[in-house]
Amino acid sequence: MEERATKVLLEEPQTLFLAPLSRPALGSVGKTGTWRTMRPVVILDKCTGCKICWLYCPENTIFMRDDGKVRIDYEYCKGCGVCANVCPFDAIEMVPEG
Amino acid sequence: MVVNIRKLPDRYYIMPGNAACPGCPETMGLRYIKMALGDNVVLVIPAGCSSVIQGIAPRSGINFPILNIVFAAAASAASGLKAAFEAQGKDVHVVVWAGDGGTGDIGFQALSGAAERDEDIIYICVDNEAYMNTGIQRSSLTPYGAWTTTTWTGKKEHKKNIPYILISHGVKYVATASVGYPTDFIEKLQRAAKIRGFRYIHLLAPCPIGWRFDPGLTAKVAQLAVQTGLFPLYEYINGVFRLSPIAKKYKDPKKRKPVIEYLKLQGRYKHLLNKPDEVKKIEEYIENLWHLIDALEKTFTAEGGKGEAIYRSL
Repeated sequence: MEERATKVLLEEPQTLFLAPLSRPALGSVGKTGTWRTMRPVVILDKCTGCKICWLYCPENTIFMRDDGKVRIDYEYCKGCGVCANVCPFDAIEMVPEG
Repeated sequence: MVVNIRKLPDRYYIMPGNAACPGCPETMGLRYIKMALGDNVVLVIPAGCSSVIQGIAPRSGINFPILNIVFAAAASAASGLKAAFEAQGKDVHVVVWAGDGGTGDIGFQALSGAAERDEDIIYICVDNEAYMNTGIQRSSLTPYGAWTTTTWTGKKEHKKNIPYILISHGVKYVATASVGYPTDFIEKLQRAAKIRGFRYIHLLAPCPIGWRFDPGLTAKVAQLAVQTGLFPLYEYINGVFRLSPIAKKYKDPKKRKPVIEYLKLQGRYKHLLNKPDEVKKIEEYIENLWHLIDALEKTFTAEGGKGEAIYRSL
């Protein structure tokens, strides 16, 4: 009997979810691109694809293009300007939105 | 082990469209955790900004399994989770992601208890130096002179030094890191992942809202804190202490940047700028901080200069 009890304990627990679990998904508070007042624009001639902006971007909205340069996902970019400040080649410019 | 940024894959390290403010250091930090440790992580988050960043159910803005828990129980809940995973034979990194209030004030008894029991968890304190989530109230980790909504003429006490307290607990691994130096933080996380036992990392996270600076300067302010000597980066593994390579040169006071450069960027120090006496007190605090580091360096050395070898092997 005792042996069985420990076996049951070590089995994968059957979890009963009383509330819906949240799962990672895009836009958990909507399209955050609408928060932006300044828009980061990549100057492609200056971009070397060093990925420094990609590393620092707090939002994960910077991606690599096929040609090794960066592109910005404007749907979710909040326009904080961290990328423009860390770029060692001044290849990202902040321009007013609208 | 040096991290190669270029080799890291292009993927969602945090989900875009979360509820963080623009320029948030916490989402930066959470991305670096995923870059360093991969998907094999369960986060334990006590109340704080990170509970809000997740957004509205049924979606979550953080790309990890999360246990949201009360302030006072973060480290204990993580200990229990780790024990449960061990019983099931799963090798998972249980990471506590707590703010400075959840670490130094409210959650301190659980943290101290888990450190004393040497639980096999990674505890990361995201230090934004006040209770930012509830409206910028002072915490015990708010530095001298800083404005908050409860210290509107500037705080009169110095910052509590949690990493030293943890070193005194005799835990396996203690480190300080800054979001301004991501590669350094990622390296420290990877080193911590190879050690068994209680591991503590103190991460400086400048908050644009509470520190009153432009959101684009988050990384710069985090770097300036290190360059002015206010926030030394170091590591402590199993009784061996060393300064991180990035921070080594700031041991020499002449190589440090003047602290006023760091203060004038932030609105929370605005009232200090034309008071040289107050700035002098902060400079004295930096001096004392480095005296303590000197003492730690002399105390915790490996026999026969084996210290560097230990760091290189991890």
